[in-house]
Amino acid sequence: MNSIITHSPALLIAIPLFAAFITPLLSRIHRRARDGFVLIVLAATELLALLLAQDIYANGIRKYVFGATLPSLTHPGTMSIPVRIIFEIDGLSIFMVLISLTIAFVATVYSSSFFKKEDGLDRYYTLLLLVTVGMVGMELTGDLFNFFVFLEITSIASCALIAFWVDRGESLEAAFKYIVISSIGALFVLMAIGFLYGQYDALNIAALANSIQFTFIDKVALVLLLAALTMKAGIAPMHMWLPDAYGEAPPSVTIAVVAATQASLYGVLRVCFTLYGKGLRLNMAAVGWTLVGLGLLTIFIGVTMALVQRSLTRTIAFAAVGEIGYMVIGAGTALAAGAQNFATVALKGGVFHIFNDVLDIGLLFLVAGAIIYATKERDLNNLGGLAKRMKYTTVFFLIGLLAVAGMPPLNGFASKILIYESTYQLNPIISIIAILSSILLLAIFVKIFYSLFLGPELPHLRDVKEVPKGMLVAMAILATLIIIFGLFPGYVLQTIVDPAVAALSNPTNYINAILGGA
Amino acid sequence: MNPFVPIDTGSGFWNPLIWVIVFIIALLIVYVIRGLGRGDYKKNTGQTKPFLSGNVVENDEQLHVKGGNVYWGFTEAFKGYYNKIKSMHTGDTRDYVLWFLVMMVVFFAVVLGVM
Repeated sequence: MNSIITHSPALLIAIPLFAAFITPLLSRIHRRARDGFVLIVLAATELLALLLAQDIYANGIRKYVFGATLPSLTHPGTMSIPVRIIFEIDGLSIFMVLISLTIAFVATVYSSSFFKKEDGLDRYYTLLLLVTVGMVGMELTGDLFNFFVFLEITSIASCALIAFWVDRGESLEAAFKYIVISSIGALFVLMAIGFLYGQYDALNIAALANSIQFTFIDKVALVLLLAALTMKAGIAPMHMWLPDAYGEAPPSVTIAVVAATQASLYGVLRVCFTLYGKGLRLNMAAVGWTLVGLGLLTIFIGVTMALVQRSLTRTIAFAAVGEIGYMVIGAGTALAAGAQNFATVALKGGVFHIFNDVLDIGLLFLVAGAIIYATKERDLNNLGGLAKRMKYTTVFFLIGLLAVAGMPPLNGFASKILIYESTYQLNPIISIIAILSSILLLAIFVKIFYSLFLGPELPHLRDVKEVPKGMLVAMAILATLIIIFGLFPGYVLQTIVDPAVAALSNPTNYINAILGGA
Repeated sequence: MNPFVPIDTGSGFWNPLIWVIVFIIALLIVYVIRGLGRGDYKKNTGQTKPFLSGNVVENDEQLHVKGGNVYWGFTEAFKGYYNKIKSMHTGDTRDYVLWFLVMMVVFFAVVLGVM
């Protein structure tokens, strides 16, 4: 068992990567063998992540070295630097890994029923596993160039998945937009990495964070990283690719892309709090206030645009944009507040909301998928009276809508109250806008709930049936997590959120885990 | 570890357990008040049918307000805002890239100018 835990950082990448290329072979044997194999692989990977999490919470940051075991072990020939990549896993990394793997598992459970009658699933599962590898890699690695490589893997695999319904022009257009935006973002990330490498002859995040001097070049690199990663995270006004991608991809892909978007948000947090976090000479409050402003803009644009959509999936997609804003104002408030007490509360709220958002928005997208599966409709004007025919789906949507609108006692409220109270202490206006937007979000989902489920049965929807069990099970997993996180938020905070917040608040620990020191 | 531990919000606390208990008490009160109401109404008569200003609705489907019409008043009142915000969402990839460049300038101004 100890050996498995020791090598778990490598296995978390290796197992799904190996499975990704085995899946097409298994498809040739039987589709059930393939579906079962992918499910077992992701369940095993999740279990492994839980074991690693337990180890990290008990013993602190874990590092795993690929290649040269010591920095002094350079190649005897021409190379003056050691060939090595280090994975560094702290409370934040493992928190994000748990999110990514949970969503990947739920997406697979859902897919096994949702795509029962479709072709091309061998490639679908390969790509889904590659997205998982990319996300987990971004979150585990302690190497900046390695982060870029995993970012690219995630982007390319996500793009192909968004275009899964190749016969739909909208899906192809959304995939095209996604890859253009992702490529441009990745290009600027690479440029920033090049600047930092040129300055410090290092790619390791801890080594860079320790030696960063905040020269002009360092600041330029910070700008490039922030701009690229906030665009990938879907922050307004760079959010416009997001409703296209979320709205046109198959729902199981959408929740995987939601998790990938959160992985980019993880990148923003890592850059602000770890890579540039140690530098007292740099006034991070300015970055914090900028993030707060952008967060509010994101909430406002996302929520108001959701109100006027006619497509079910695009409405949820714009609501998802709004939800990203809450996480950003949490992180921004923490940076702007500096050493004040409420900074930690804001950061807790923001980090906790990352998990809550994936669960809430994920559940709503899965319900949207169920509606599309059962009715072949996504226009709100053509839907209504489904509650009598789709009882379970109705209950799941109700749970999702109350959670995403921040209604007590569900999980959305638990994280939002931390954000409201901390931002109120920074500036009451921020809190007021955030609360009003949340109320508007509730109004939007009440509208969707009414449009979809209430009212008389429509003539063309009289033959509609409840969706298959696999889809219901996937929705039930998310709904259960929403209720558990809502009813026991203090326990969840202490167990998984506090270590993530501690990792962000103390970049020195991250640096010392690699470089040594007190 | 106590699973019911409340969240400390900095200036207060949140404990869903208390909320659930209060909610159950409120439900019981509602149930008691409901029990005090009149039970002598006649089922399946005009007393239990929806009243739509005295209009006879022959087709059930006409009772359903379509999703696009809900909050029509709200969007009409904010027409000016919506005209602008909708026109910003062009769906053109070149515009998406343009917004990225605009934001990069903003970040440059903040990081290089203010710091």
